Amino acid sequence: MNILSENPPRGRALQILLILIVLALTLAPFLFHGAKALNVAAKTCVMILLAASYDLLLGYTGVVSFAHVMFFGVGAYGVGLALYALGPSWGALALGLAAGAALSLMLALAIGLFSLRVQSIFFAMVTLAVAYAFNVLASQLSDLTGGEDGRSFTVPAVLQPSFRLVHDKVFGVAITGKILTYYLVFAVVAAAFLMLLRVVNSPFGRVLQAIRENPFRAEALGYRTIFHRTLATSISALGATLAGALFSLWLRYVGPDTALSFSIQVDVLVMVVVGGMGSLYGAIIGAALFVFAESYLQDVMAGLSQAAADVSLPLLPALFNPDRWLLWLGLVFVLAVYFAPAGVVGALKADEATWE
Amino acid sequence: MTALDVGQALPRRRAEILPALTPLIVALAAAPFIGSFSTFVTLTAAGLAMGMMIFTMASGLTLVFGMMDVLNFGHGAFIALGAYAATLVFAPLMSWSSADSFALNLAVFLLAAIAAALICGAFGWAFERLIVRPVYGQHLKQILATIGGAIIAEQLLYALFGPAQIPLTLPRTFEGSFVFGQAAIEKYRVLATLVGLTVFLGEMLVLNRTKIGLLIRAGVENREMVEALGYRVDRLFVGVFMAGSALAGLGGAMMALYRGQAHAAIGGEFLVLCFIVIIIGGLGSVGGSFVASILVALIANYAGFLVPKLALVSNILAMVAVLLWRPRGLYPVSGR
Repeated sequence: MNILSENPPRGRALQILLILIVLALTLAPFLFHGAKALNVAAKTCVMILLAASYDLLLGYTGVVSFAHVMFFGVGAYGVGLALYALGPSWGALALGLAAGAALSLMLALAIGLFSLRVQSIFFAMVTLAVAYAFNVLASQLSDLTGGEDGRSFTVPAVLQPSFRLVHDKVFGVAITGKILTYYLVFAVVAAAFLMLLRVVNSPFGRVLQAIRENPFRAEALGYRTIFHRTLATSISALGATLAGALFSLWLRYVGPDTALSFSIQVDVLVMVVVGGMGSLYGAIIGAALFVFAESYLQDVMAGLSQAAADVSLPLLPALFNPDRWLLWLGLVFVLAVYFAPAGVVGALKADEATWE
Repeated sequence: MTALDVGQALPRRRAEILPALTPLIVALAAAPFIGSFSTFVTLTAAGLAMGMMIFTMASGLTLVFGMMDVLNFGHGAFIALGAYAATLVFAPLMSWSSADSFALNLAVFLLAAIAAALICGAFGWAFERLIVRPVYGQHLKQILATIGGAIIAEQLLYALFGPAQIPLTLPRTFEGSFVFGQAAIEKYRVLATLVGLTVFLGEMLVLNRTKIGLLIRAGVENREMVEALGYRVDRLFVGVFMAGSALAGLGGAMMALYRGQAHAAIGGEFLVLCFIVIIIGGLGSVGGSFVASILVALIANYAGFLVPKLALVSNILAMVAVLLWRPRGLYPVSGR
């Protein structure tokens, strides 16, 4: 199991669940037909990377950052604006990704060195303020970013929906550029996830966990905790940048709502906590559950809301309004924080304590 | 707290003047660039009023943090709740608000302020019980739990009041401006400044001149010692949390009236500003957050006039500048 960095998921139920999710994502274009299903699968992939890179900070290092969505946005805008300005070429894509990664790294270093010296609580506040300012800045610099409207752009020809890889259908599915984009997203996410798994199982990852458990002791043992925390922040920022780049490539659009909105930050937090902090596999489960709920729970809630309205119950129709689905997820989130800090993963592999 | 600290005699706290003068310094430094005196007066008055409203919200947050070591990410929800509470008072009392009578106008404003404070205080009690109490002393879980609480509270507000903005109109007396020569100062800003000053003086009196205030300050410094002396610190905690929530509600109601509308998004927006203010002021310091609120609001106003593009990040720049000068804020609280 070297590809999993000798840290395969423990517990039969967890393994089965993970295999199901990964299998579904691998075969998504062939298993599920229609644009919505493929969108859900692609978003799940992107969110897995975003949540996994966030878990490196939150779950492994014990640092709460609210700037993760900012790094996501930097990646999304980097690729989006480069393709918008330079036209649909692979060079522009690479340039945008490189520029985004460089900016993310600089921001992560600045924030980390500036505020990780003090308590984690301070870091939480500073990142929140910086991310908020960045969001406002992106909306205001409309000459560059397109403001609230964002930018739609053209992707390289191979990734365009009109492209056909082979003339005939494969298993009844035409291999369009959209499907190729999906597999590009899937492959990059898979590679990045395995690299993150490598990071958390390296000696460096162990030091991060030591810092999480007891920063003073880690420091007393001779580890420079600021260095480790800042490096973890930077790696996690790069992961988020990559996820953002993939997401804008998939949407062929970048804007404040899809790339920088604070609600994405909250979503990622919910994914990581519900999936299980301190286990990268939790990110897979959390992201899959979340995106699935976001896409399909609302239909269920609309039905419930209608049913409650039919029998004219007070307030319930408003509470089950599909737009209020975050309310129920918030409840799950709080309950998870109190009663199951190791999330779904912790519940499924009772033998190993991950996070207290 | 190290053994050394315990053995030392209580040091006389020397009140530092320079941090308190920073807003004045900023104002004097900005004045030549603004040029016109009347514009300067208008900008400064507007900044003071905005600063007072921010202070009302932020002082609740800093009190709760200083006393209980709880960073309440749900504070924004109380700001929003206060805004909606104001609409609840203003809607049925429309005739009072539009009457041409100073007494009735003031009454409806005060009623709205009191209602916002009371409602938020009551919900603060529930929030402390349900969300905060189970996770005392665990920073990470506290942040997560209060964020969860904030999500739930915000969604409940949307469910109860609807996703649209609710318009609010100022009472008639407080519409319009006082005009001094060229300078115009909105009447409502004067009122907001007075309310903010009252809140500040009230907090200072309670903290420095009453037994409760003494216990609260002692609890900030050393909770265990206060408990050892036989005081129920947990009850104090609930009280402080309720007071903090009530202040958030009061600030939210004032801000909603100022903007002419109530919407749940006001919570997240001002939560960020509150964080910046309490970081600049020194976490846990009421006086520090007072100075910091004025400083932040003045800088935002001057920057908005002089270099509009910079105004958006002026708060962050101010925070960075202050922290480079004083890494623990203008008035650091010992033991933090």
